[in-house]
Amino acid sequence: MKQFLAFIKKEFYHVFRDRKTLLMLFGLPVVQIVLFGFALSNEIKNTRIVVMDYAKDEASQKIIDRLEASSYFDIQENLLSASNLEASFKEGKVKLAIVIPADFNNDLLHFNKAQIQIIADASDPNTANTLTTYASAIIMSYQTEMNGLRHAPYQITTEVRMLYNPELKGAPNFVPGVMALVLMLIGVMMTAVSIVREKENGTMEILLVSPFRPFLVILSKAIPYLIISIINVAIILSLSVFLLDLPINGSVALLFGESILLIITALSMGLLISTSTDSQQTAMLLSMMGMMLPTLLFTGFMFPIENMPMPLQIISNIVPAKWYYIIVKSIMIKGLGISMIWKETLILAGMTVILVAISIRKFKIRLA
Amino acid sequence: MPEPVIKTNKLTKIFGDFVAVDEITFEVQPGEIFGFLGANGAGKTTAMRMLCGLSYPTSGSATVGGYDVYRENEMIKKHIGYMSQKFSLYEDLTIFENIRFYGGIYGLTNKQIKIKSEELISFLELEQEAKKLVKGLPIGWKQKLSFAVAIIHQPKIVFLDEPTGGVDPVARRQFWDLIYDASSRGITIFVTTHYMDEAEYCDRVSVMVDGSIKALDSPSNLKREYEAMSMDDVFYKLARGAKRGP
Amino acid sequence: MRTIKFLIQKEFLQIFRNKGLLPLLFVAPLIQLLVLPLAADYEVKNISISVVDHDHSVYSRSLISTISASGYFKNGGYSSSYKKSISQMEKDKADIILEIPVDFEKNLIREGGEKLFVAVNAINGVKAGLGGAYLARIINQFNEEIRMKWISPSRFNPGPVIEIVSSTWFNPYMNYKYFMVPGILAVLVTMISSYVCALNIVKEKEIGTIEQINVTPIKKIHFILGKLIPFLIIGLVVFSIGLFAVGRFVYGISPLGSIALLYAFLFIYLIALLGFGLLISTYSDTQQQAMSIAFFFMMLFMLMSGLFTPIESMPQWARIIAQSNPVTYFIQVLRMIILKGSNFNDIKIHFLVITIFAIGLNGWAVFNYKKTN
Repeated sequence: MKQFLAFIKKEFYHVFRDRKTLLMLFGLPVVQIVLFGFALSNEIKNTRIVVMDYAKDEASQKIIDRLEASSYFDIQENLLSASNLEASFKEGKVKLAIVIPADFNNDLLHFNKAQIQIIADASDPNTANTLTTYASAIIMSYQTEMNGLRHAPYQITTEVRMLYNPELKGAPNFVPGVMALVLMLIGVMMTAVSIVREKENGTMEILLVSPFRPFLVILSKAIPYLIISIINVAIILSLSVFLLDLPINGSVALLFGESILLIITALSMGLLISTSTDSQQTAMLLSMMGMMLPTLLFTGFMFPIENMPMPLQIISNIVPAKWYYIIVKSIMIKGLGISMIWKETLILAGMTVILVAISIRKFKIRLA
Repeated sequence: MPEPVIKTNKLTKIFGDFVAVDEITFEVQPGEIFGFLGANGAGKTTAMRMLCGLSYPTSGSATVGGYDVYRENEMIKKHIGYMSQKFSLYEDLTIFENIRFYGGIYGLTNKQIKIKSEELISFLELEQEAKKLVKGLPIGWKQKLSFAVAIIHQPKIVFLDEPTGGVDPVARRQFWDLIYDASSRGITIFVTTHYMDEAEYCDRVSVMVDGSIKALDSPSNLKREYEAMSMDDVFYKLARGAKRGP
Repeated sequence: MRTIKFLIQKEFLQIFRNKGLLPLLFVAPLIQLLVLPLAADYEVKNISISVVDHDHSVYSRSLISTISASGYFKNGGYSSSYKKSISQMEKDKADIILEIPVDFEKNLIREGGEKLFVAVNAINGVKAGLGGAYLARIINQFNEEIRMKWISPSRFNPGPVIEIVSSTWFNPYMNYKYFMVPGILAVLVTMISSYVCALNIVKEKEIGTIEQINVTPIKKIHFILGKLIPFLIIGLVVFSIGLFAVGRFVYGISPLGSIALLYAFLFIYLIALLGFGLLISTYSDTQQQAMSIAFFFMMLFMLMSGLFTPIESMPQWARIIAQSNPVTYFIQVLRMIILKGSNFNDIKIHFLVITIFAIGLNGWAVFNYKKTN
């Protein structure tokens, strides 16, 4: 036991002496939380648009005023020729054009009908869609105002409640995602690389011929990363509570327990990768391609899983981070207890056990 | 008397508050086999790295092949060969590919490379292994290869940092045959070693203790001066007072 | 110059001999390019709705069938109480709950109005917002239909109507993959080339082979070029396979703009990015360190590049970061040339910026690479 502690101490020295790596390990979650919390959103704000106003009458001016007043749009120039418009799109200067034809007001008053054309740069289809919807809504609101408020009978009113996240903030969605991502990164990549490093430098042989049991050698390499990961969970949780005002609705202890489960899974994956290669470069690329991207994709925090083709949805089930993500969301945001997430916990624990077993077995085979 | 190929004056290297090399002053004459002895941690490798232009001295002066170690270290590199303690050629290349690569780096023409690599490979008796990856070779062969690469461009001086560490006496003996051969072709040899029998092969040796040179002379003179039977005894008498090292 | 030839030759020998690395360099990115755009779909569809119908009337059933017919929602089941639906939501089986009160039909006709209750799982804000809006639109339509049925058209006094015609340029079918494929290709090429390049030099440091190089009279710039060119070639190859093999044949995307222009930009961009990799390597002593630093910046570059979320939506400080991020320019240029057919004039600023990056980063890397310390 004393020997074991000495080994762990040595590994801690290794990890903590490397200030640059350490800074990155602790900086990563902080930067991610800040970026996701304050920089990244799909919200539409101040998008540059052009209005091609051929009418220049009262009605067209009113519509332009309304567009200008909204926070969505930032009107660039007021008249362009059609060929200039294409050039502006190609330069990426504007994303939307609203064309108001000549005689707009006239048509509206005399024929009760007039046309407005909205042209969107659909190379980014989502933005194009949203912008078109917003612009249409603004134009329609002008029409409603023009028609005056008319009493409508047989009115169905809808009362909408936004549960769990009434302000529609992004945080409840990404904080659990960032947690899963950071834990996978540190667990898989760092463990794999630090073990392969000893192999690449030839020091692994020395460790393995020591009277110390090989399994404990590996364990002592994993423990510093386990501790760093737990600290990171604490950092992410406190940032989300204090910086993003996102309270933890469920049990903190349960949250840490589940996190440790994922960390152990990640560590054993790291070990598994380390047994299959002798080069740090390969180990790193393997962890990146094999772990990071699936985690990013299949937790569902960036992209909804239900949108994916069926085979991918099925594959997503074997990604441990997906289950962890569901668990964290349930505990943190919905405030649920173990009775509601025992199934997910069981799946995650099952994966952990299987991975630990396989990686230890493979490690032993390599030694034999 | 010809100009010395290495000349140092109070050469010093300090890392933080640790004086690794403390005001060493010595000269090495052309064609000499110069043994640079010292216990582990005495500062041999640091001194050698300064002379090779891999590391700047903290103070003092030195010239190698007539070039200054501060200002002309890239010129020095043209005229020296270096074989580090740790094997530092590419394990994932073959013997031939390593030789070709370094030949190219030293600016040899394709024809020269061809001639040189054939010559070196036969000289080192590595014909059978020339097309094999270095990775699987025994350490003795790797050391021979390192030596070959260090002299491929016919340098004035070659620096060998513990070239025979970890090999059996027969292989060591063979390696010294290579050193003599290179020396006979006019290459000055600057070699560090732990093996005192190897020290006997040198024309002159210096003994470093705790960063400074404690003795410098031919092996026979040193033995006489310290009333010792062998270089082993000389070394023991000088180094037992060392504060550094195990 | 001859020196560089030997350096490149050596680098390629090593790369092609590394059987573990090769598939990761050339095959893995392609697999990702095949899978990622399928998965990276922001469009909100298949929102599952759980209905609590207390009324069981003709109208309530007709409302439910209107909702299912809309195509936006998938049926998350009926339940007898709001409470049961909430527990469905807690299990992520339902995203939206629609509660139709008792006497919905009766009150609507007799009292002239009635209320519906909608509860949305708002953890994913975007999805919640859109899902709520879709449902509101459908309910409104349903409302209109009922009105038309009960109010005789003659009494309906038409007001002026503005007809909105919308057209979508460059991507008329609004195919999201057209948008994502160039972006993901950009990220893959960036990651592969800069990571492998950064780790490569540090590996030489870590196992000591750089010592033997440093003791030769090789020029710093030659050494750097010898490292840069092989990875530049790999980057170009990976990009070409991605664009022509996967982009063209799998997704049917062929660049509208000039291919030469595309490659000219790619060339300078790769030099800039590889310079960044080299710079990281000069600051790192171990591969683990280089990897951590590279990962940190890659994450930052990727998130702040406008790949997933528009740069216009960022606050000022974040936009500054996005604009000092080389990946941003690359993704923009790829999307512009491939999807919109932009010409050199449209992207000359991008060219200028990326050239400055290329010179600055490589200059810094050469300066910081010390043969003697």
